[in-house]
Amino acid sequence: MTVDMRNGAAQPTQAVAIAIDRVSQRFPGRSGTNPMLALDDVSLEIRRGEFVCLIGPSGCGKSTLLNIVGGLIAPSAGSVRIGRNTVNGARPREIAFVFQESTLFPWYTVLENFRIALKFQGVEGGGWRDRAMAALRAVGMENFAEHYPSQLSVGMKQRINLARGLCVETDIILMDEPFAALDEQTRMVLGEDLSVLLARTGRTIVFVTHSLAEAVFLAGRIVVMTARPGRVKAIIDVPAPHPRSPDFMLAPQFSTIRNDLFALLRDEIRQTVAAMREARDGARP
Amino acid sequence: MSGRERLGALSMQTAFLAVLFSVWYVVTEGSQITSLFLPRLPRVWSEMVGLAASGRLYAAALVTIPTIAKAFAIAAIFGIAVGFLVGRSERLVRLLEPVLSGMFAIPITLFFPLFILFFGIGPDSKVAYGAAYGFFPIALNTIAGFSNVDAHFLRAAKAMGASRYQLFRHVYLPAAMPVVLTGLRIGFFISFAAVLGGETISSAAGIGRAIALSGELMETARMFAWIGFVVLATMILNIVVLAAESRTRRD
Repeated sequence: MTVDMRNGAAQPTQAVAIAIDRVSQRFPGRSGTNPMLALDDVSLEIRRGEFVCLIGPSGCGKSTLLNIVGGLIAPSAGSVRIGRNTVNGARPREIAFVFQESTLFPWYTVLENFRIALKFQGVEGGGWRDRAMAALRAVGMENFAEHYPSQLSVGMKQRINLARGLCVETDIILMDEPFAALDEQTRMVLGEDLSVLLARTGRTIVFVTHSLAEAVFLAGRIVVMTARPGRVKAIIDVPAPHPRSPDFMLAPQFSTIRNDLFALLRDEIRQTVAAMREARDGARP
Repeated sequence: MSGRERLGALSMQTAFLAVLFSVWYVVTEGSQITSLFLPRLPRVWSEMVGLAASGRLYAAALVTIPTIAKAFAIAAIFGIAVGFLVGRSERLVRLLEPVLSGMFAIPITLFFPLFILFFGIGPDSKVAYGAAYGFFPIALNTIAGFSNVDAHFLRAAKAMGASRYQLFRHVYLPAAMPVVLTGLRIGFFISFAAVLGGETISSAAGIGRAIALSGELMETARMFAWIGFVVLATMILNIVVLAAESRTRRD
């Protein structure tokens, strides 16, 4: 495997968009127990326009790392820089989040949800409607602008969630398992759509996932993390340009990378399971 | 509910009332049951007409309705204020929510003599009594509304850069509103019942007082007439309140 900082698809001269510098995260243990080390000395540079997937066993701190990058959690040690600025809080002008659950507010219509997102971000006045409708059209949901989220299926909601993330026009989008709640087929379709959208917009994306196939299909680089405490175990390049068609999944290159990933993850997953068993048996009287 | 289902439910409800009144009518007209226990329906009706025509209904309502309004207003203002302040802080919720729900379980009726002692026999004691009863469900529901806002909505709003005011206006408030309104509805009907109950126990005037007095004088038909007015008012209020509440719900 290659531990190369370059994205196969991007030019090597691209500027660094996100610099994660020796980040560690400790969470206080439950009453009396030792603090839990979630992330241990993680360093990573992500270039502009890159699509990076974070993959690793459950509890390896992938989501924590994403929240630290987005400024929603302050790291116990180390720092994150966006461009030249050190992150010390949410940066809504530069970073958008797409979470696993639909975070469309159920008390607003789809269109009102877009207006509120832009308002929160500090974009006032006209033009929001055109931007919102353009984003909805991009994911094929323009006919549902006046619906309430409760009237839509999980897949539709997540599609709109994605559109909302794109609509705020930040350079960076952080996605925390955005397709995890979807069935496999919807997931594939949305993954394809995302690939097409990205080829057009050139955003920097950090995408947390559990799915090997999803990581290989979407990412320019895949960061494999170790079992808790999370460290960077390996970085794998996926040198294929976006948009990627479903045929890419049938290419020999796809299976090779997927198998490499599996080999890397297998040990980590075993370790996580063993740690879980130990915790369980240790808790028994 | 579809139109047809609603119509079906409405006709069932009407049928239920019709059966109830028919049984009442047949039992009192046909048998020897003394009118002291259950008066004849036409007698109750003529009493109602009499009370309305003589202005006694108006006079009693003029005491009771403002009492209920004041009691509910106080309960709502304090209930929402306390509920909001407590509901915003996880620590205060853990500390005070059990205390409040424990107090809600105490029958405040036991303290009614104290209310009379402090506020006199006039409407003021009933205002305080109704407010004390209505306060708890309103406060508890307001706490529940503000403390149970889904964490992922708050996280998303913060990530989108919402200010403190925007977080309140666009996330906390709409998320809590349905629960708070339910609390207001429950609080209103409890205040309503407490004021009327307080008036029947000890009072100088008002509808509750009129019911108690008719009962003491064994004028059962008149007592049923007064009760009839209260039941009618409650039914109308219930319909109005439920309609208002369903308008604020979107799902």
